[in-house]
Amino acid sequence: MTDAPLIQLKNVHVGIPSRRNALSIVKDVSFSIMPGEAFGLVGESGSGKSLTALSLIRLLKKPLKVTQGEILFKGKNLRDLSDRAMRDMRGDRIAMIFQEPMTALNPLKTVGRQIAEMFVLHRGKGWHEAEKMAVDALASVQVPAPEERVRAYPHQMSGGMRQRVMIAIALACDPDLLIADEPTTALDVTVQDEVLKLIAELCAARGTAVLMISHDLGVIANMCQRVGVMYSGRLVEERATYDIFANPQHPYTKGLLGALPRLGSRHGAGGRQRLVDIDSLIADKESLLQEFCYEPRNSIRDPRVRAGASV
Amino acid sequence: MRGFNLNLWLGGFLTVLVIAGALFAPLIASFDPVFDANLMNSELPPDATFWFGTDAQGRDVFSRVLYGAQVSLTVGIVSQIINSVIGLSLGISAAYWGGWWDDLVNGLTNVMLAIPSLIFALAIMAILGPGLPSLLIALGLTNWSWTCRIARSSTLSLKAQNYVQAAQTLGYSDTRIMATQLLPNMVGPILVISTLGIGSAVLAEAALSFLGLGISPPFPSWGNMLTDARELIVIAPWAAVFPGLAIFVTVLGFNLLGDGLRDMLDPHMRTRSE
Amino acid sequence: MLRFTIRRLFQVIPTIIAVAMLIFIIFSVIPGSFASSLMSDGKTASDPEMIARLNEQFGLDKPVYERFGTYLVGLAKLDLGTSFRTREPVTKVINDRIWASLKLAIAAMVLAVVIGVPLGFIAALKPGSLLDSITMIGAVSGLSLPQFWLGLLLMYLFALILGWLPSFGYGGGDFKYLILPAITLGVTPLALLARTTRAGVLEIMNEDFIRTAQSKGMSNSRMIRWHLTRNVMVLVVTTIGLQFGSMMGQAVVIEKLFAWPGIGSLLVDSVSIRDIPVVQGTILVIVLWFLLINTFVDIIYAAIDPRIKQT
Repeated sequence: MTDAPLIQLKNVHVGIPSRRNALSIVKDVSFSIMPGEAFGLVGESGSGKSLTALSLIRLLKKPLKVTQGEILFKGKNLRDLSDRAMRDMRGDRIAMIFQEPMTALNPLKTVGRQIAEMFVLHRGKGWHEAEKMAVDALASVQVPAPEERVRAYPHQMSGGMRQRVMIAIALACDPDLLIADEPTTALDVTVQDEVLKLIAELCAARGTAVLMISHDLGVIANMCQRVGVMYSGRLVEERATYDIFANPQHPYTKGLLGALPRLGSRHGAGGRQRLVDIDSLIADKESLLQEFCYEPRNSIRDPRVRAGASV
Repeated sequence: MRGFNLNLWLGGFLTVLVIAGALFAPLIASFDPVFDANLMNSELPPDATFWFGTDAQGRDVFSRVLYGAQVSLTVGIVSQIINSVIGLSLGISAAYWGGWWDDLVNGLTNVMLAIPSLIFALAIMAILGPGLPSLLIALGLTNWSWTCRIARSSTLSLKAQNYVQAAQTLGYSDTRIMATQLLPNMVGPILVISTLGIGSAVLAEAALSFLGLGISPPFPSWGNMLTDARELIVIAPWAAVFPGLAIFVTVLGFNLLGDGLRDMLDPHMRTRSE
Repeated sequence: MLRFTIRRLFQVIPTIIAVAMLIFIIFSVIPGSFASSLMSDGKTASDPEMIARLNEQFGLDKPVYERFGTYLVGLAKLDLGTSFRTREPVTKVINDRIWASLKLAIAAMVLAVVIGVPLGFIAALKPGSLLDSITMIGAVSGLSLPQFWLGLLLMYLFALILGWLPSFGYGGGDFKYLILPAITLGVTPLALLARTTRAGVLEIMNEDFIRTAQSKGMSNSRMIRWHLTRNVMVLVVTTIGLQFGSMMGQAVVIEKLFAWPGIGSLLVDSVSIRDIPVVQGTILVIVLWFLLINTFVDIIYAAIDPRIKQT
């Protein structure tokens, strides 16, 4: 690892721009990832972790935009790049895997063709050669019988196989950074593990940095050296993984850990548990409410708390 | 929040305009549509007296267009009611009871879908002869297949739901379940397709009358006015322009209203294919 | 593929028989036979003996079921009976007319597809633009236009006032005579196709695999070519089929307006003189056209969409 970060976010805000009171959904997020490092971003749905990831690759959907801040990739601000330059960067230097392997592939094209596109786009290959290279790419993600599987259509494959295809696409051009947005959430528990291991191994072997996004601390714990915790649009804590388990600082992180009874176990009931019950696990509500961003959202939904009958 | 539903309001406005024109035709029209013929006034261009000009017999085109609205709307609305009743009863009962009845209704629906409804209506008109009652029957019997399909598929999905099964357990009669548990749950899509259906019935009536198989002269219908106007289009184009415009505005009104209702009832159910 | 095609073709047969039966039943309950209407149209008063002879000659004195049986047997031998009016086989009468109808239907459909599909496509790629608004207003107007009125106005303008085109007739197959009827007939499917294509493009643009395509770093034009066009065509092909299939029915009024010698005007003429065998024959041909086109569309559909099982 060198000293210069591969990617560095500085005070990034994502929101809907307007003349007055721009609405921010991601607020003032800063973190950096070193080359080859795996960084985890954890938080519940709606916490802004996916939007942060999409802002890195500049795929936010209108009207969402990065309104403030810098996104430095190898020292260059991605926000200043032309659309064309960003396009060349996407897939080639920064690649992304999405949550839903069922719908993330075009149902009308063979998977081989969809992998081959990467070589045509970024390596200037012809289709014939690109499709030959697709066989190797498919073999590298441990899909059995890749010579035949390249001719398969997505609907003929299982969810785990499809996610492997997505990984093959993402890693086809040896990117510097792989963004994996909940890559295993839609998969069976047994398959989840294999797919995670595959991502970890391939990225370690190639020196690819990973930005792993998940609501599941168990997933992050096994994959990442460092982790950032997002809550209601802010990055509330950012530490080394072992440190955050040992010594959580922010009340939300404590709640998050409390919802995970057996640390490090992804297969147990705890690892799969959603972060729903945080409210009852956090003892001192008053101090929470005073925290700058841990707003009393759960309390509002919960009539018991609103009535003042706290735990 | 969704924005202003232009389709709904514009469609509603046009529809109300046409319905008002038909209802108040005797009050608005300054001439009798049939008997105020005066060959001295024939083929006059639009002016202050004859807003839409006059036809070959010197009758006021504006008055005739107004009275024509009565025919078009009666045919459109009544035939669509017949269609909806047929489609709903067949569709709901087929899905509810299943078995041979479902097969029969399905087969019949497929046959009906294969015969273009205008062709079918034409055949029925040929048998029954021209006139308003024949039109109502011909157009009321030929355009229920889509309603039937929608009713059938909604019933199939509703049937599996708890409250319908609860009603069955409570010993409600089949017809009561169909009328009180199933029917109210498909009002939205049925309303949309019926509104669009009125538009196509108005078009079909005009086409049949244009072919001389609908409303017979001298009583005005927009279709038969166009047949007459065709002969003298070079001398009196206004006699052809206004009845057609009336059909267009009416059908446009119902189509926009149907689209607007669809957007209002289910923003996600956008037009994919019809 | 061949087996699929053959199987689909065989599925048409029961529907055709059912339609034949329905049409036959409707026309056998006609009050007032052809014979009497033929007589009353003539100058002589109806002569019972004459009617009896005519009825016998056309087999109308036999019971309904027997006549239907005879009709079905004839149908199997592609014999649709004999025209009451011309005393020629119905197949010959139809054969003399059908080519003009096909020509008109194909011309109108080509017009609708060539203009409607690209228009809907372009409109959807720039939603909210002026072109989009004009296309959508045009589409709903096109669907609300009484076609024969439009035809009448076109005839008035281009034939009678400007004198650029012939007003009506077949002109021995001269292309000039085809233009106005084809435009008139093509307007409704054009409007519908523009609308369906637009909705289809918007639907596909929201799919996850479009986001995947973007994350690969492809340009918009490549994304449209590689991932949008074919997926939209799967949606549009159904509408094209339904429209093309119902074109023969739609054409009836327009053929009559332009005195086009197709089966539509044949049907109207035969209805008015109650030439029942010809009426039955033309309706059957119109229905057969609809079913064949839709079967053909199913086959195309199976060819472009790998998810359809060809068993």
